[in-house]
Amino acid sequence: MRYLPLTDADRSAMLAKIGAPDIDALFADVPEEARLSGPIHGLPMHASEMAVEKHMRRLSKKNLAAADAPFFLGAGAYRHHVPASVDHIIQRGEFLTAYTPYQPEIAQGTLQMLFEFQSQVARLYGCAVANASMYDGSTACWEAVAMASRVARGKKRKVVLSGALHPHYAEVVRTMAKFTDDEIAGAPPSLTARPDDDGLIARIDDDTSCVVVQYPDILGRLPDLSRIAEAAHEKGALLIAVNTEPVALGAIQSPGELGADIVVGEGQAIGVGLQFGGPYLGLFAVRDEKHVRQMPGRLCGETVDAQGKRGFVLTLSTREQHIRREKATSNICTNSGLCALAFSVHMTLLGEEGLRRLAMENHRLACLAADRLAKVPGISVLNDSFFNEFTVQLGQDARQVVRELAGKDILAGVSLGRLFPDNDALADGLLVAVTETTTEEDIDTLVSALEELLA
Amino acid sequence: MNAPNQSGWKPGTPVEGHTAMNGPDTATGNRALMLEEPLIFEIAGNDTTGVDLPEPQGGKNRLGGLERSAPIGLPGLSEPETVRHYTRLSRQNYAIDLGLFPLGSCTMKHNPRLNEKIARMPGFADVHPLQPVDTVRGALEVANELAHWLIELTGMHGVAMSPKAGAHGELCGILCIRAALEARGDAREVILVPESAHGTNPATAAFAGYRVEDIPANGDGRVDLEALKARLGPDVAGVMITNPNTCGLFERDMKAISDAVHAAGGFVYCDGANFNAIVGKVRPGDLGVDAMHINLHKTFSTPHGGGGPGSGPVVLSEALSPYGPLPFTARTEDGVVHLVEEENADEFAHTKAFGRMTAFHGQTGMFTRALAYILSHGADGLKQVAEDAVLNANYLLRSLDDVLDAPFAHSGPCMHEALFSDKGFADDISTLDLAKALIDEGYHPMTMYFPLVVHGAMLVEPTETESKAALDQFILALRHVAERAKAGDEGMKSAPYYAPRRRLDETLAARKPLLAWADQSAPPGKPSLSEQGGR
Repeated sequence: MRYLPLTDADRSAMLAKIGAPDIDALFADVPEEARLSGPIHGLPMHASEMAVEKHMRRLSKKNLAAADAPFFLGAGAYRHHVPASVDHIIQRGEFLTAYTPYQPEIAQGTLQMLFEFQSQVARLYGCAVANASMYDGSTACWEAVAMASRVARGKKRKVVLSGALHPHYAEVVRTMAKFTDDEIAGAPPSLTARPDDDGLIARIDDDTSCVVVQYPDILGRLPDLSRIAEAAHEKGALLIAVNTEPVALGAIQSPGELGADIVVGEGQAIGVGLQFGGPYLGLFAVRDEKHVRQMPGRLCGETVDAQGKRGFVLTLSTREQHIRREKATSNICTNSGLCALAFSVHMTLLGEEGLRRLAMENHRLACLAADRLAKVPGISVLNDSFFNEFTVQLGQDARQVVRELAGKDILAGVSLGRLFPDNDALADGLLVAVTETTTEEDIDTLVSALEELLA
Repeated sequence: MNAPNQSGWKPGTPVEGHTAMNGPDTATGNRALMLEEPLIFEIAGNDTTGVDLPEPQGGKNRLGGLERSAPIGLPGLSEPETVRHYTRLSRQNYAIDLGLFPLGSCTMKHNPRLNEKIARMPGFADVHPLQPVDTVRGALEVANELAHWLIELTGMHGVAMSPKAGAHGELCGILCIRAALEARGDAREVILVPESAHGTNPATAAFAGYRVEDIPANGDGRVDLEALKARLGPDVAGVMITNPNTCGLFERDMKAISDAVHAAGGFVYCDGANFNAIVGKVRPGDLGVDAMHINLHKTFSTPHGGGGPGSGPVVLSEALSPYGPLPFTARTEDGVVHLVEEENADEFAHTKAFGRMTAFHGQTGMFTRALAYILSHGADGLKQVAEDAVLNANYLLRSLDDVLDAPFAHSGPCMHEALFSDKGFADDISTLDLAKALIDEGYHPMTMYFPLVVHGAMLVEPTETESKAALDQFILALRHVAERAKAGDEGMKSAPYYAPRRRLDETLAARKPLLAWADQSAPPGKPSLSEQGGR
């Protein structure tokens, strides 16, 4: 077997050194009745690299890759061009096959990268401190809710969710809250040109620990975060802003600048790729340093070595499970290290100027798509404002339309019926995302296909 | 027995005409291949970018009046500068590609590159989680095929594939237990966890709303069955047991533990972090386990990536399977693999799901790698994985137990990792000192001070992907530093000497946290790049 270096001669020599007659002697503590008598049921014997690759390639060919179709899906995962050097760097063995940097003297590569990553995320979010990443946006969102509860010292129990929060994120929060004492106050989204900020503000009361608002929201609209922040702060609640498209922050003001206290999100759009939903990259930041000790997850900090040279270490670990055990701020252990590296490399390649250009190119193409779609008879564009994703109403079940267009190898977007299956009022809504990878030809293909289908 | 270095070089070997000497200070602070690398914030230009994108045309936008007015302060580098920066950083890391990485309980084994190639096939890497299911049947098949083998390998009934990492999987398992108890109207408050457990176990139980109590261990480093039985009762929701445990020992009484817990109405959670020691040899389902997470990055060798991403599918017993979270995949008799979500759970008779743990379907990118690993090894290879991992660990144990104290070695063989204590070290030399001295020998240290039940613990896990020659050289290095520790070699207290950094001041880092870059010359709170001009 190509991954196992021991030879039979090695094995014999090693057993002799150990003083064991055979390998079974080393499994003596496993009771006889617990030992598997034969091979694993149905699993073939070992296979060559060529054979495994062939099997997996066959499975991969059963999927329609985004690059092979006009592609308009978003709703929390966005397709952007990732420069070739990003994948090259994350495949360097020193990054790919390193462990969590528990021995900082021989992990400065990972640690300095994490420090740079934290700094990039903090700035992008308009915050003081970002952590070294979480599993993904949805779990980061729940961790933020749990953190708000800690900040409120358990005295405030109500969590106000915007109706236009990604439904999967809301479902993760609801699931986790079943097992804590938090009371989740949600609301269904409504198809209006602007988010219902007034309705949201009206639901904040003195028992509210936090308000969770997505920016841009699940329908692509832009809520007035500064007004919501003001209302939340008046009631002593924290504003948690959720961002699922970091590229947007190259064009619009950051949640931190607008007064959000905790900013979380999905970082997948920069550097990570689609990967059918994972692994992704949870981003987590706090606007005010005073909240750092309530944060979940790993934090990398600057220090010096015994000779006074600058270096980096994991720090403030007294918040974490391996020190605090049942009193930790979270049970989280791992971060999303390699995805954080991909994000950081891509962001370094972009820089301030590249991110601004990327964002404006996304927005330009999205405006163009919205204008062309608006001219299709039977289609109306919902949004007053948007970044690179907006909602159109088709006047008929959008799920069916999406399926039919997929049959023609056009990936038309995400139907609201897929996201909110129980809400018939949303059934004719289609979320359309446009990025720099979308061509004008792709847009025309979508427009013509919809004209034909809706005629 | 063997040369300290297979190149033939030995310390103190005189070479004619050459004398050893310390070099001069350099003007750059670099030392040949050891290069000092600044932060991107210190080398970036204001307008530099490594990506070619068109200059925006201006004109109207639809950003609702929220367009940025102030710069973000993000540094940018050209592509050659970027590649150089990260390549230089990478060289300051130790990694499994560079050498044996004996971090106990973390299972640092070789990461096959075929798996990287497969994960990057466009049909896996470039598909969106919300594409119509007819366009992603292959990705669903990967998840389903992996799920099938995980169930077969563990002898369990079902599996929740969506948890994002081991601790997320633990949470999933404990929430299944809680949901099952609540479904029968049985509110229980306590989860029992041995002191030797990973910190995630008590943290998870607490996060799920349980009170955590210790299970005592016996002198053999295993759960004290009688003490456990005595504690069981109507308030105990379940136990969390790691098997093989963190002392590197198989819990011989596992079946009896499960039977006792079940008889008392509780459930058995098994921390599967060490499943790599028994894969293909023992099925946890046969030992009465109700839920167990599997760290795909440990047993099935998906890369650790410098701290994630992980992946933590949870196998479930028949009693817990109905409560597993959404979404998951299901294969119908016609061979088609379906995605089961909130809207179609009824059709698949899965109406008791406790909810959803993450936005999409789990770590698909890790599923492809883990499946490729399982198929590459096959039934014979996986069994060999466990056997070689255990053989390598016992070889280390018996090659070192004369120089290091092995507290449980008297009770028999270890499993996949060997545990030592600091007993016998000179008074002022610690496990930390030994670990740092091992760095100078060219090795990443073992896991230190864990498990907590052994003083100055050193947990050594070589894994099955090390050759005998690699083990012999490591043994030589560890014997050397162990002897120095016993002799009280004061020089160890300042180790490492030859790493990119000397010992780092962790106290300072925690006392005055510097968690993001700030230009010292800029006013506080203002991103410095904006101060330097730019647009």
